[in-house]
Amino acid sequence: MSEPSQPVRDSFARVEAGMKRRRAAERRFRFFGKCAVGLGLGFLVILFVSIVGNGYSAFWQTRITLEVTIDEASIDPSGVRDPAVLQAADYGALIKQSMRELFPDVSGRRNRIALYGLVSNGASFDLRDRILADPSLIGTTISLSVAADDDVDMLMKGHIDRGAPEADRRIKDNQLAWIEKLEADDRIGSAFNLDFFSNGDSREPELAGIRGALMGSIYTLFVTLGLSFPLAVAAAVYLEEFAPKNRWTDLIEVNINNLAAVPSIVFGLLGLAVFINFFTLPRSAPIVGGLVLTLMTLPTIIIASRAALKSVPPSIREGALGVGASPMQAVMYHVLPLALPGMLTGTIIGMAQALGETAPLLMIGMVAFIADVPAGVFDPATALPVQIYLWADSPERAYVEKTSAAIIVLLLFLAAMNALAVLLRRRFERRW
Amino acid sequence: MTQTPLLIVLLLTLSSLAYHFGRKRAFAVSGGRIRTLHSLPAYYGLYAALWAVIPALLVLALWLAFEDSVITRLVIASLPPETATLAPSRLNLVLNDIRNLVVGNIVSSEPDAAILAAADRYRDLRGISTTALFAVTLGLAAIGGWFAYGRIRPEYRSRNAVERILKGILITCSTVAILTTVGIVLSVLFESVRFFQAVPITDFLFGLDWSPQIAIRADQAGSSGAFGAVPLFAGTMLITLIAMSVAVPIGLMSAIYLAEYASPRVRAIAKPLLEVLAGIPTVVYGFFAALTVAPFIRESGGLFGLDIASESALAAGLVMGVMIIPFVSSLSDDVINAVPQSLRDGAYGMGATQSETIRRVIFPAALPGIVGAVLLAVSRAIGETMIVVMAAGLAAKLTANPFEAVTTVTVQIVTLLVGDQEFDSPKTLAAFALGLVLFFVTLALNVLALYIVRKYREQYE
Repeated sequence: MSEPSQPVRDSFARVEAGMKRRRAAERRFRFFGKCAVGLGLGFLVILFVSIVGNGYSAFWQTRITLEVTIDEASIDPSGVRDPAVLQAADYGALIKQSMRELFPDVSGRRNRIALYGLVSNGASFDLRDRILADPSLIGTTISLSVAADDDVDMLMKGHIDRGAPEADRRIKDNQLAWIEKLEADDRIGSAFNLDFFSNGDSREPELAGIRGALMGSIYTLFVTLGLSFPLAVAAAVYLEEFAPKNRWTDLIEVNINNLAAVPSIVFGLLGLAVFINFFTLPRSAPIVGGLVLTLMTLPTIIIASRAALKSVPPSIREGALGVGASPMQAVMYHVLPLALPGMLTGTIIGMAQALGETAPLLMIGMVAFIADVPAGVFDPATALPVQIYLWADSPERAYVEKTSAAIIVLLLFLAAMNALAVLLRRRFERRW
Repeated sequence: MTQTPLLIVLLLTLSSLAYHFGRKRAFAVSGGRIRTLHSLPAYYGLYAALWAVIPALLVLALWLAFEDSVITRLVIASLPPETATLAPSRLNLVLNDIRNLVVGNIVSSEPDAAILAAADRYRDLRGISTTALFAVTLGLAAIGGWFAYGRIRPEYRSRNAVERILKGILITCSTVAILTTVGIVLSVLFESVRFFQAVPITDFLFGLDWSPQIAIRADQAGSSGAFGAVPLFAGTMLITLIAMSVAVPIGLMSAIYLAEYASPRVRAIAKPLLEVLAGIPTVVYGFFAALTVAPFIRESGGLFGLDIASESALAAGLVMGVMIIPFVSSLSDDVINAVPQSLRDGAYGMGATQSETIRRVIFPAALPGIVGAVLLAVSRAIGETMIVVMAAGLAAKLTANPFEAVTTVTVQIVTLLVGDQEFDSPKTLAAFALGLVLFFVTLALNVLALYIVRKYREQYE
């Protein structure tokens, strides 16, 4: 073999000279790609760490143990134990009395109010419920664990700096001294925050819970599921199996695809104008929320259901038709059952989307402050994401951890729903 | 209204009775020889059941939809003339009082005799309406069932009839999508037209001043509302621009990396994790933006001596960008995977490196799809609400400075419509005009995106 001729060797040298630069460009490009994926995942991690870091402490609550003497003369002077009297009695006075007994040397009106402020306003309701449940406690001294005020809670969780100058602290020096005494007596401690799951919303952070919002969300989703699943399945079956190819069905198809991309807030405007102003359905009610979310999730579910129907091979239909089934029978008895798992998966994903949706619910008034837990789809209610929005707007420091905790609960629900969808897909996925 | 579930249960019971008797009658008319029947016996039952329940349910739906407005109108007609001719907003207050009286709530003022009488009338009318509703729907169900029952004969083609009805139901369901679009367009358009009667459309679209406060009294300060929406459009565009400058590079590069470089294992883990970002509710992003990102940006700006607003466009835009990353990346990923392998092999065969292949061959081939994906992402960013409501400002400022607080179309819709409102003031109607703009802009972007994808998609097969 002869040596390569001069021009060929030249071009080799030229390519060789460029290779270094080209390999560097290759490495750079690959590095940018890695950076992009890393950044995306990094954001995810930061988001979760920030939410969990802020929120996990809300699942514990600072509680103060008091010795409460239930004085018959002050709550039931007649001694008949009439529930109406017991209901209306002044339990706050008993709590205050027991606080005074703990700190007998506190004098002066201003100091006493500061002292009473250490425990939550809800303490008297706890006491009332306890006594209503068991009137025989009257006349005895019971040990009662009550929720501490949110500022005390924040102090105990380290969100208020004990070393800061008094003027910058929500807990004043004298209160700090009392809390330190309570700590020394082992009367202040932390317990699992059951109130968070059993209470409705409240203006007092230590009493505020997500039960009302959660029930509101459940009712709303219930309405959404009940309406959107049958509607979407029926629409998908028609469009995929029966619809002739004409202008009208083309229009429906384009419409569905466009609706899937309409901003959610526009659906809120629709709900406000049509359901509330035109049909005069009640404001703030889960029924309206459910209707709006139905319209919003319908395109998602229809698109998923059509995909599920498409994946059923034509041989199934042909087989059914071949043995004499009518087209409707072929679809109802053979195609639909095979497509159902895929449709359910799409529905669950649509429901997860509806559960996290906030903006349209703001439009239809599910944003009011509602302390009661709703009992039906016509009761005023709020929803979990709206509750998060409301708490995020509240100025008290304690609501930051409440908001984060509510977000954790919401994300857990979403994760569970998506896991269910994945599970369904794995379990029933069929390769034809 | 509260009796509705009971009524529905009754109707369903009637309908299942109709099924039972219809089926039995089919057996009876066949004289024991089922082969003589045209359809399976169950279809005769179904035929009767559908006839029993569908007309009744239709009437029920219509009744419930219009019951309240009819009753309200009748009550207004019965009010003394001086009350009935009040301005609509005052009249609404009176009506609210009446409704509250009916359900036993506390009313705003001491009710006078006329109001009490009206409340009684309202209660009576509601009672009559409920009774009539029960009578009409149950009667209709019975008649429908009876009619179908009477038609059952061996040669009657009940399967075909049932299938026709079912098909009708399917068609009706598929038109809900159309109805929704029509509903959106009509409701938004209708209120917007009322708004444009009060505020000229040119002032709205080209005005530079947005301060939607309408005075309650004439002598109040700042009583002249200004509805120039340009600052809102500018704010929306600024935040969208920031979001896209985060989402497009990161989303596109990660799609390229995952599609072309990553091993199947990395791809199987990283892709779903990235898509988790899309599944997180926007209210969570809003909270994250307001609580973590905005203070962080503010403080790091302070280190460089920059004065950054705590509700800066930058914070909202950045977080929105993060939200949109998976949107861009998964759409681009699909497009990149659709580019045929032969193009890659051809480029490698010519001696191109992998990155050169991507930049010179795959990217141009996938470009229309990527442009479509970006346009869809822009439309998503424009319509996004919660992040900007929680992290962007309220003051309408015409600025291109990302460190200042700006407001967006969606923020204004929410602030105008949340809380106590008078429904016919220009202030609330303005929200619908903004909604109209939002709807058409996002619609146009979607249509454009689909058009580009369709028109410029290379056909490889």
